[in-house]
Amino acid sequence: MSIQLNVNHESAVVDAPSDMPLLWVLRDLLHLTGSKYGCGIGACGACTVLVGGQAVRSCMTAVGDVGSAPVITIEGLSPDGRHPLQVAWEAIDVPQCGYCQAGQIMSATALLQKTAHPTDAEIDAAMSGNLCRCGTFTLIREAIHKAAQTGAPTPGK
Amino acid sequence: MQINRRTFLQVGALAGGGFALSLHTSLLAKAEAPTAPPDLKPQAFIHIAADGGVTIMARASESGQGMRNMLPMLIAEELDVDWKDVRVQQADLNEKIYGKQFSGGSANTPMGWEPMRRVGAAGHELLVTAAAGTWGVPAAQCTTRSGTVHHAASGRSMGYGELAAKAAALPAPALSGVKLKDPKEYRIIGHSQRGVDTHSIVTGKPLFGIDTQLPGMLYASIEKAPVFGGKVKSANLDEVKTLPGVRHVFVIEGGITLAAYTPWEPGMEPGIAIVADTWWQAQQAREKLKVDWDLGPAVTQSTDGFATKAAELLKAPPGSTVRKYGDVDAALGASAKTVEATYQFPFIAHVTMEPQGATAHWKEGKLEMWSTSTLPADGVALVAKTLGIQESDITTHMIRSGGSFGRRLQNDYLVEAAWIAKRVDAPVKLLWSREDDVTHDAFRPGATVGLKGGLDAQGKITAWRHHFVTFGDGKQATSGGGMGQDSYPAGFPPAYALYTSMQPLMLRTGALRAPGDNAYCWVAQSFLDELAFAAGRDPLEFQLDLLSNKKMPWNSGEHDAVGDHEPTGASVLIPERFRGVLELVAEKSGWAKRAKEPGRGMGIAAWFCHLGYFAEVADVSVDAQNKVTVHRVWAAGDVGSQIINPNAAESMAHGGIMEGMGHLGQEITLEAGRVQQSNFDEHPLMRMRQAPVIEVYWRKTDYSPTGLGEPTLPPILPAVTNAIFAATGKRIRTLPLQRSGFRWA
Repeated sequence: MSIQLNVNHESAVVDAPSDMPLLWVLRDLLHLTGSKYGCGIGACGACTVLVGGQAVRSCMTAVGDVGSAPVITIEGLSPDGRHPLQVAWEAIDVPQCGYCQAGQIMSATALLQKTAHPTDAEIDAAMSGNLCRCGTFTLIREAIHKAAQTGAPTPGK
Repeated sequence: MQINRRTFLQVGALAGGGFALSLHTSLLAKAEAPTAPPDLKPQAFIHIAADGGVTIMARASESGQGMRNMLPMLIAEELDVDWKDVRVQQADLNEKIYGKQFSGGSANTPMGWEPMRRVGAAGHELLVTAAAGTWGVPAAQCTTRSGTVHHAASGRSMGYGELAAKAAALPAPALSGVKLKDPKEYRIIGHSQRGVDTHSIVTGKPLFGIDTQLPGMLYASIEKAPVFGGKVKSANLDEVKTLPGVRHVFVIEGGITLAAYTPWEPGMEPGIAIVADTWWQAQQAREKLKVDWDLGPAVTQSTDGFATKAAELLKAPPGSTVRKYGDVDAALGASAKTVEATYQFPFIAHVTMEPQGATAHWKEGKLEMWSTSTLPADGVALVAKTLGIQESDITTHMIRSGGSFGRRLQNDYLVEAAWIAKRVDAPVKLLWSREDDVTHDAFRPGATVGLKGGLDAQGKITAWRHHFVTFGDGKQATSGGGMGQDSYPAGFPPAYALYTSMQPLMLRTGALRAPGDNAYCWVAQSFLDELAFAAGRDPLEFQLDLLSNKKMPWNSGEHDAVGDHEPTGASVLIPERFRGVLELVAEKSGWAKRAKEPGRGMGIAAWFCHLGYFAEVADVSVDAQNKVTVHRVWAAGDVGSQIINPNAAESMAHGGIMEGMGHLGQEITLEAGRVQQSNFDEHPLMRMRQAPVIEVYWRKTDYSPTGLGEPTLPPILPAVTNAIFAATGKRIRTLPLQRSGFRWA
């Protein structure tokens, strides 16, 4: 069926069954491959995107349930790759393999929208759904603090 | 000396238990000759545009260990350019011009340290020669800085870009004769350089194997038998072919020969491949498959069965003697005190964040592959053999992967993608589901270990008896399940015996980060802690004493626990380096003054593997429900004279520690031949809230730099379990923790 979506501030029409997970619509139909497949059961967070400002696991979100809620993926987080979280991530050189990092950054975006200056405990609580097989947790924590200092704007702006 | 695959595999086969164990020693012994292979040409690695832009080719596969930085940094240093002006480009697979392009065994640093610097220095010499020729002055009067050649006497300068065409036309100098910088002059090596892909990662650019996108590409998924090697008897293929988006359905006959010993690349696993317009549709179609499987002989395997057999083997006379010196039984009999214990560790899976997969395109008799393999040349050979095509008809692009940890040293997924592509008139991207990835991993094999140690009246070790019950056919251990003659503490106790017994295994196993060592360290360093406790001595002091009294020379350099590239050519664990990291970590952690209180404790452990020495201390608390929290970890490492990319090196140490902690809570079990775990909920990784504060310290020594992918990992396991003992008085002899009554907080 034809489904209209709002992805990264642009309208997109896809032909997909309504139960197709948003992740695979993004990756295989819209070719936005920044969001990653890790587990398919919402256990790793690699597929995290924002839907209506909330961090969701796109592997568990049926595209038919998204409706007109704006979807923001890592590709749409900022127009120029200079969102404070991206800048902080780069400055601290967080990634090792890098596969989980888009999901980490999107979860962190949702966190900073709710809590502008999170404590370590708040970061741990918000980020513990995102696995990092390489073990970059210390650097992720540091990068979130650094981004919080510079202030996080609304995604895409 | 030239290295070739044949040498490499032969050495591995002799070592037993899979060649990844011996990557470092076998390759290093050869690759670490003072000159690079004669066929390495600076022009292959270095491209300088007329505008001065410098492109350096990264030859090794990248799965997060920082190879795209580390090796090009070595070239850039000697070329004498600024790192900010360097663009790094991943080389396609072509070992004729790039040399070995694999990543494994923490071998790229020792293997690349000398050759890559010489490549850079040769490029440098060509540019200086070109400038000197242009000016008509002796080359010796020319100096360089930041991509410019200067002639101080005449005040002239030329940028590398201006000289590039002339330099490229000159004959390349012999790498053995080029002059290398004094390390004091280093401006890139030893200075943190950001990951070359970091910007692409944080902006979500297509970068990983799974992101490969080609026009007209189709997507594949494979349903395999729930039991290793099980074959398809029949299936509702006609029905599945009609499902939405499905283009092709193929039965894979496969090529697994089930025997007591499963080789490194056992062949294609049988199954049913579904090719569809999207991966989701292929997955949906899989759910509608009704397959009648011939499960085969591996259906009889179970974890309980393995345990029963291991217990029998442990009581029986050992199958073979790996190493023996002194009269161990007499020494144990004469000891003032003996300690006996049985340790067990389970099978575990790699669970790379990016599941296995590959993209391939068969067109007009040629195959093009987008490969995440960390042993890519072997992948090509295996594909050619399986498909019956020539290696020369295969082009391989080396794509960044979302983690390997040893998994991508095997090429099963690459062969599958190529096999499917050859039957399809379009590019095909194969992706395993996480469930496929867990249940069809090349597992780290489990083992049962019987230990007996003796102490004299002064509390010194008198004897060490080690009976390692592993899997294999009696002669050859399963991949990743062999144990070498010099595995620590062999050589140190006055009398020592290492025996091996094996039981059959029909399952794909392989190398997991620090293969062998990731478990043998836990066993040996836990038992040393037990002996120290029984002797009433501090475990650090006890181990330093043991290290000071080496009794026997090393027997062999060709296995997991020993190997180096000392100037002497000898292949040995150097006690001074082992002691050095222990002393450093003790100092940094305040070991001598540590608090001793119920429910909180510190544990210490050290190990030598893949040419690196690490000692780690963990500060752990255990609550009334036996939930374990690791508060802080101190790590001290000795990987030689240089930490090439310091921030990345420290991050790698964090990674080894977090992964090792993860191992403590993981297990793969079998029932009726079926793997019982399938996803992260059942085979957990550590999470952020469980991550301790980690402090990393380097002990720089005069030895040539070696790798960090692996040696950071092993000590954390016993450091944590020894800390649990210090906190609770309960010894963890069975992993995962939950099988010993503990779990992560």
